Order: sequence, then structure tokens, then C-alpha cells
Amino acid sequence: MSTVQVNIVTPDGPVYDAEVAMVIAKTISGEIGILPGHIPLVAPLEISAATLKFPDGSKKVVAVGGGFIEVRPDKISILSPAAEVAENIDIARAKEAKRRAEERLRSKSDDVDFKRAEIALKRAINRIKVYEENV
Amino acid sequence: MAKNLRDIKKRITATQKTGHITKAMQMVSASKKTRAEENAKAYVPYMEKVQDVVASIAAAAPDVTHPMLVARPVKKTGYIVIGSDRGLAGPYNANVIREMSRAIQERHKSNDEYVILSIGRVPTEYFKRHGMNVVDSVVGLPDQPSFAQIKQIARKAVGMFADGTYDELYMYYNHYVSVISQVVTEKKVLPITDLAPATEGLHATYEFEPSAEAILEVLLPQYAESLIYGALLDAKASEHAARMTAMKTATDNANELIRTLTLEYNRARQASITQEITEIVSGAEAIK
Repeated sequence: MSTVQVNIVTPDGPVYDAEVAMVIAKTISGEIGILPGHIPLVAPLEISAATLKFPDGSKKVVAVGGGFIEVRPDKISILSPAAEVAENIDIARAKEAKRRAEERLRSKSDDVDFKRAEIALKRAINRIKVYEENV
Repeated sequence: MAKNLRDIKKRITATQKTGHITKAMQMVSASKKTRAEENAKAYVPYMEKVQDVVASIAAAAPDVTHPMLVARPVKKTGYIVIGSDRGLAGPYNANVIREMSRAIQERHKSNDEYVILSIGRVPTEYFKRHGMNVVDSVVGLPDQPSFAQIKQIARKAVGMFADGTYDELYMYYNHYVSVISQVVTEKKVLPITDLAPATEGLHATYEFEPSAEAILEVLLPQYAESLIYGALLDAKASEHAARMTAMKTATDNANELIRTLTLEYNRARQASITQEITEIVSGAEAIK
């Protein structure tokens, strides 16, 4: 079975690196599945879960906090401001982040950046979801 | 005489204690520097990738433009200065502050022509005290800052360019060359002009999903934010290296001082002994 190299990189360093059979990611225009030999493609990603399928049939799910995916026939890169493999997610921290974001959204003061809080909340929910579904 | 001896002794002890502290700080900075270097290194692949993709989009679709790629007539300039929260780092902060003040004085006639975004307590306080136009600041960043912690100021800096508050954005920070050398660097962040791919010979023609414009919309802010973060990591490595060197010099000076004082102490002690003997001998002589 042919494989393609995937690496997931964030500003805080590389997160994951492997040979996989398929990558499933959610771009802003819809979900895509990428097999080895895909034409070069660049697409922005949603705050979502990306699934890596290995040649032996096993799966790995990664929580991706936006960013984009860059595809080349022999190499796939996911570049995101934040990304975590499901089993590395710190669930306590994610829940804490969710609580904080909700608090900020509820407060009616003017100095709260609602858009930012909303994104933070989305990220936290995404992390929690990925963790709970896969670990 | 005895009082003088005690004074010297006291100074020796005090200097020794200072020496211990600076020595400890030197070692702490050395380990932080190593970590900061690693962080800066871990960041390189991300930066290179983002740069590659931006460059290949720009190459593949030259007719696509984005506000962040277009140079506008400059009415107002934004400056980001990256310094440290604490002193004791030798000329680290002074250098970057001096360079930036000079640039601002040369380029601008009044406070309305520029804004400053400041990272680190020392530069923030300096520029505020001198009545310069500081619009935002971040203080209290940890020694190993994560992307999330500087995102807000990075986003604000990029946002202010996008909404036309200023028409170009520069960064001033200490670039880490080696442990003994950190160079103040000026870097133009926005508009993005020099788009060379980081990896040579890379000219993939991409499919853009949904469109090149939509991707630039997401990618360029991310690119500019990562430039700022990269500079911060670089500056942090410089800070720890500068502090390490400063503390090493301090420790060396303390040791030198202790050496001189000990010599002085021994001389004074010897002098007092000699004097005592002379007194005893002359006393005995007088009795005869």
C-alpha cells in the first residue's frame, strides 16, 4: 500500500510526523480525504479534527486549531497555530480554557474581544471533543 | 586599625555574597538560553513552511493581490520593540531602545506619525516616560513564551495595518548571533514585500481550495503573526545570552575585587601585628 509522509507543524515546534495511507481534514469549503499522489493543493482548515489513517488500518486523530493544509504528491503538511494529537491533549486545561472563554463571552464589558473569545471557545470545545471521542 | 580590618572583612563577605548571586544568575541564564535556543530552532520548520507556501502562491498567481502585499503611501508607521521585563542584562535593552529612538527621530517629526507597540517592561516604561506614542504593550511574558501568549499583540499589530492605522510596520529586536554577540535588527513586517521561498527550487503549482484570494486571506495574517513570534523567540535567546554574559562579567569583577581586598586585608593585619610587636618591644626596652 502506498503511503505519504505527513507532518504537523506549529509555531511551538513539530507536533507529529509519520507515513500514512490517508489524511482526512476539514477545510473551510468542506471535508477532504487525501491519498498519496494527490495534486498540489493548499486549503485553509477549520478548527476541527484531522484523521490520519495508517497502512495497517489504525487511526490517529489530531485536534487542529485552524491554519491550513499544504499537499504535495509525496508530502502533506498541516500548519496550524495550535495542534495536538488526541492522546496528548491536556483535558483539564482544555476544560479550563472552555470555562474561561464562556465566562468572557457572558461578560458584557466592552473590552472583551468577542471574536477572539469565540475562537478560543471553539478551540477548547474541539479539543475536548477530540479527546473524548478518541481516548 | 582593628576597625579598618573589620571593615575590609565586611566588604569581602559582602562581595562574596554578591558573587554567589551573580554566579547563580549566570547559571540560570545559561540553562534558559539553551531552552530559548531550542525553542527558536523548533520554530524554524513552521516559519519556513509558511514562507514557502506564501511564496509559491505569490509566484503561481501573480495577479492575485491582498492589502497586506501592497505598499501604500506612508502616512504613519508602526514600530514593534522587543525588550525584556528585567534589567541585569548588560546593554540588551539600552541597545534596542537607542537604535529605535534614533530611527524614530530621523524619520518622524511629530508624535502623530508613528505608534509603538512594546514588548517587555523596560522598553515600555522608557518610551512612556519619554512621552512617545505607545499604543499597546505586553509585559510579564514567561522565559519560554508560547505562541498563544503573544498572539493578541501580534494580531493587534496586523489588524492595525489592515484597518489603515499605519501603513508600514517595523520590528526592532536583538537578533541572536552567538552567546557573545547579539545585534539589534530592524525588520520590516508589513507590507510583505520580499517573498522568496525558504527552500530552493520549490515551484509547485498548487490548486487553491476555495481560491487563492481566500487562502491569502487566512495565510497572510498568520504569516505576519509568525514573523513577530519568530522575532520574539530570537530576542528571548538574545536576552538570556546577554544576561549570562553580563552576570559572568559581574562574577569575574567580584572575584577580582575579593582578591584585591584580601591582599589589603592581609597587609593591614600584618601591619597591626608588626605595630603590636614594636610596642611590646619598646615597652620592654623602656623598663630596662
